[in-house]
Amino acid sequence: MTLLNPFFGKFGGMYVPEVLIPALTELEATFVEAMHSDKFKAELTDLLNNYAGRPTCLTLCRNLTKGTKTKIYLKREDLLHGGAHKTNQVIGQALLAKHMGKTRIIAETGAGQHGVATALICSLMGFKCRIYMGEFDAQRQRPNVFRMRLMGAEVCEVKSGSGTLKDACNEALRDYAANFTNTHYMIGTAAGPHPFPTIVREFQKIIGEEAREQINQAEGRDPDAAIACVGGGSNAIGLFTAFLESKVPLFGVEPAGLGLETGRHGATLGKGTEGIFFGARSLNLQNFEGQINESYSISAGLDFPSVGPQHAYLQETGRAKYVSVTDDEALEAFVLLSQSEGIIPAMESAHALAYAIKMMRQNPDKEQVLLVNLSGRGDKDIFNVDSILQQRGFFDKDGHIMLDRINPQR
Amino acid sequence: MTARFHDTFEALKQKNEGAFVPFVTLCDPCFDTSLKILNTLTQSGADALELGLPFSDPCADGVTIQAADQRALKAGSTTQRCFDLLAKFRENHQEIPISLLVYVNLVVVFGTDKFFAEAKKSGVDAVLIADVPSCMLTAGEDFEAAAHRHGIELVLIAPSNTDDKTVDFIARHSEGYVYTLSRFGITGTDNVFGRPVDLIAKLKARHSAPTLLGFGISTPEHVKIALECGADGAISGSAVVKLIEKNVHNEAAMLEDLMLFVRAMKAATKKA
Repeated sequence: MTLLNPFFGKFGGMYVPEVLIPALTELEATFVEAMHSDKFKAELTDLLNNYAGRPTCLTLCRNLTKGTKTKIYLKREDLLHGGAHKTNQVIGQALLAKHMGKTRIIAETGAGQHGVATALICSLMGFKCRIYMGEFDAQRQRPNVFRMRLMGAEVCEVKSGSGTLKDACNEALRDYAANFTNTHYMIGTAAGPHPFPTIVREFQKIIGEEAREQINQAEGRDPDAAIACVGGGSNAIGLFTAFLESKVPLFGVEPAGLGLETGRHGATLGKGTEGIFFGARSLNLQNFEGQINESYSISAGLDFPSVGPQHAYLQETGRAKYVSVTDDEALEAFVLLSQSEGIIPAMESAHALAYAIKMMRQNPDKEQVLLVNLSGRGDKDIFNVDSILQQRGFFDKDGHIMLDRINPQR
Repeated sequence: MTARFHDTFEALKQKNEGAFVPFVTLCDPCFDTSLKILNTLTQSGADALELGLPFSDPCADGVTIQAADQRALKAGSTTQRCFDLLAKFRENHQEIPISLLVYVNLVVVFGTDKFFAEAKKSGVDAVLIADVPSCMLTAGEDFEAAAHRHGIELVLIAPSNTDDKTVDFIARHSEGYVYTLSRFGITGTDNVFGRPVDLIAKLKARHSAPTLLGFGISTPEHVKIALECGADGAISGSAVVKLIEKNVHNEAAMLEDLMLFVRAMKAATKKA
């Protein structure tokens, strides 16, 4: 019996081999106790504020929205130590691991942001650290691989399957099943078996709590929409949770990759079907018999064929709406934000921004306040984006990026 | 329910023998060879068969069985093809008990009720769902009820780190046999196996179904140790699958190796 409800409606659960149940039960009990402990909360807040740099600011775009009546506010998780929102929850989980007496931490990573966050907290708190990363992802996110190694983590490049995030998840689960007595599996997103979706949400909801207060201070009211990208869904659930009881429209933005009609995408909520994968009932990209398909996205962090169970639930109840933008739209937003505001977003976060830009362009005369979670910074993406722009011939003879040509759908 | 597992264990007890149960992935390396493999395992003395449905993401399996699943999927295996294979095998083998080892996604996406119905139709006696632990057996979707509707036995896994309450549950609910884990981790022959003597004793004291010890069993010596630990038999998966992998382009050698392996492992179940 679990202490907390492992389900979100019909989604969620803890579908793992029996051998892992004692470890998950111990984790849940430790988490529940920690949430009632002032000492734990004080320790967490101290690290969030004085190590990671919370609160993060809320930035109103000055140039991006010119000529329209839209206001876009960016919740600047890119400024968090480590370069993404991931740091919020690894601090929480690392404290739990310490309370459980674990000495080793393992994690999966797609874009490498969760891997970097895990590596930094392990270095700070003295855990042995191993990161599983798909071989293909390690190629396209090289800077993060070095950052992890620099901070003392062992990076294990996974060759099985498609060499992306789902294969890294499988490999981490295998390690966990063998080593849970001394090892904590630090899942990086609000997915996986119970209690991970709940734990990750509770440690990420600070994003939305801060942002809601900040935007109310700036505007005197709630935004007209809150927008976040969705891979596994941790930054989105972190933003959404503070608004769940309100009427603020919530948009989760999935990667449409080369286009939903091409089959080359990662739009799990948009195009997936129900199943049980990575420990939970949710929506998956899979064939008619439940073999998991390979997802695709320009963004390694969104390239995942499943999604956190609470998002599946929020879509079913209609509380949140899940949309998608293509590689090209995200790439345009990536360059546009860099050029108009001097902020290089993570390719993942560029998906959320691209949807806000779409809303702005559709209704230039509508007065609207949009809140976008800028979940990470894009330094990790610059080499990859540079080579894509080179390949497509999007630089003019003076070396300027030809912005207008990036997104043909515009 | 069928009586095949029960009757087999009873007969072995009479003969003072343990059970030897080989595991292979269905349709590995392809439909036709897989059928010959099942025939060979049976004719060489296997007391029962534990058979896996190939899955794209077998997170409880090591590299050997992952590769087997990939081979089967590449050869065009589907869940329905596996059921067809089983039905074809059953035509000529009425006696031997068969359990299916599956990942839950293959069950729910196929349609849980339809899955158990098809399993029954193709002659399966028992099903073990690797990633449905006892606490999830009836929590979200009632897998136990669905299995029982179609007269399929549901096998549960017992690891040695499980608490007494869960051991109670497993002893009461696991049917056909209890898949007892020799150690933590995933399938494969790379790690030596442990000797969960206490766990087996606890299960026996609670009058569970017969216990089969699995994970890391690859030699006749391992089989003997499993029986010494009190288990009613041993399951060997990766060691069997390795013989398929090794001879994947030479069917005759493959079947020969499998025959010799099963004979040697079965011989080790005969108590002095």
